[in-house]
Amino acid sequence: MSPSTRIPRSSPRTSMRVAIVQMQPRKGDIAANLAMLRDAFAAVLALERPPELIVLPEAALTGYFLEGAVYDCSFASDDFAALLATAWRDAGAKESVDIASGFYENADGTFYNASVYATLAPTGTAAIVHVHRKLFLPTYGVFDEDRFLTRGRRVQAFDTAFGRVAMLICEDMWHSLVPTIAALKGARILIVPSASPGRGINGAGELESTTYWRSLLSLAAAEHGVYVLYAGLTGFEGGKGFAGGSRIVDPRGATVAEGAALGPCIVTAEIDLAEIDLARANMPLLGDLVTVLPDLLLDDELPLPVSVRAHG
Amino acid sequence: MASVFPIVEAPRYDPLAALAIDPAVTIDFLVAFLRDELRVRRNIENAVFGLSGGVDSAVTAYLCARALGPEHVVAIRMPYRLSSASSLSDAQLVIDDLGCRSETIDISAAVDGYLQFAPDASARRKGNVMARTRMLALFDRSEIHRALPIGTGNKTERLMGYFTWHADDSPPLNPIGDLFKTQVWALARALGVPAALVDKAPSADLEANQTDEGDLGITYARADGILHQILLGRRDEAIAARGFTRDEVTLVRRKLDATHWKRHLPTTALVSGTAINEFYLRPVDY
Repeated sequence: MSPSTRIPRSSPRTSMRVAIVQMQPRKGDIAANLAMLRDAFAAVLALERPPELIVLPEAALTGYFLEGAVYDCSFASDDFAALLATAWRDAGAKESVDIASGFYENADGTFYNASVYATLAPTGTAAIVHVHRKLFLPTYGVFDEDRFLTRGRRVQAFDTAFGRVAMLICEDMWHSLVPTIAALKGARILIVPSASPGRGINGAGELESTTYWRSLLSLAAAEHGVYVLYAGLTGFEGGKGFAGGSRIVDPRGATVAEGAALGPCIVTAEIDLAEIDLARANMPLLGDLVTVLPDLLLDDELPLPVSVRAHG
Repeated sequence: MASVFPIVEAPRYDPLAALAIDPAVTIDFLVAFLRDELRVRRNIENAVFGLSGGVDSAVTAYLCARALGPEHVVAIRMPYRLSSASSLSDAQLVIDDLGCRSETIDISAAVDGYLQFAPDASARRKGNVMARTRMLALFDRSEIHRALPIGTGNKTERLMGYFTWHADDSPPLNPIGDLFKTQVWALARALGVPAALVDKAPSADLEANQTDEGDLGITYARADGILHQILLGRRDEAIAARGFTRDEVTLVRRKLDATHWKRHLPTTALVSGTAINEFYLRPVDY
């Protein structure tokens, strides 16, 4: 028996085709943004091998800085998924596709910065797999999310045809604990919709915020042995320029493909899911963490509720 | 109407880009390694190695000269009577460029002295006798020069088993043994190894018109691209999908799988609870 036949396969698929649509929405103009999305769908459908998963940024169809208008531009998750499915149908799709997209969610009068993962059928119907509600609502400096939105309570991993996936929205990713928990819950692919105002002009050839994101995504990917699919919003909103930079990072932390900071684009690649096992075998940090985690959490110096330790 | 969304495709996998090195960083690291192993750990001032006229031993020579100074480097040329004249002259280019010490020891009499008892020896057996004779000479010269023998085998030939066991692999130190052949070439260019050595077809020079790539059945560039991925753990089909033929992958994997034993010390029967390197464990630098 050749050694190559002995490698275990822990995901149902060994490869998948991904397209990240770096959207540049017109603020609050849902119809125009849906037309733009149909255009993007048509572009990926015209690829020699169309994607099986499409990822859109945070606030992809509305723009990010909405202040009080967030209530006008939010959707029940079913309605938002239906909009995506209609656009998929109208773009001429013949096959189903999975999609992850950021949006402002209206959950019976409670508003979240959310991301939906759904399967879109070519008939124009959507089946929602999961909705993640952003945990960390930046409310400092230029940001004001907590004034208008309610924060999510947990990060979950969920099963897809490509293995277990988790979604983290923008600042969720900046706290290393969140991708860590997602990985501990079995996520092999992290989807990160984001709207990040570019800043810092003292960098080497790019905005400093772009460099920061690259490091952040690369380190998280390598630490946990996960693919990271980062979809960045692009375009200017009231002088604040979202820095795009959509990228696919492999489980060793290397960038597979990346988009520019400015302007819309579609970043696409076929990714080898077998690399996840190989990366984890080579650097079993996640397995090590599983072993040590109880000791870390039972530490009574941590600012955790007593109930957490009581269950230990 | 054209899409407003330009397509950014992931670039095709480039096997040589995956093996790209930063020569300056690599050189600094290997020079530090040689200084530490010889001077700090062993208190030895001098290095000795066989200088074949090929690129591997030339790179070793340049690294040793940078680490120790050329006056502490002893390059030994060990031609056999059938060795090509250019091997000797190419080695001389290195000696002249570095200004290092050198010796030339003709191994013909020693090799032929043994081979008179083995008149039917194949080219492969003769090659092994030559390699082991050079090992014998190298270790003996190391005593005379109060020098440590330095190995010059690269990672590609080690992985393909393309060397003589307990000969090329016998010196206690090897600065380039974790560098693929294509990486050794990159290092050679950065070190200023004469172009005649870097650009010529690598050869063990055991027979006329012999080349490594002819012997191996694959170019070093292709072999390195495959070996690197096998070592990462990729399956044959995953490697083939990154720009190689299944025949190439199979050839390389077979050579690798058939030669694991060559990369180990002899297998010793374990009969006690104090077996060396099994129960009785001490690091090499303890």
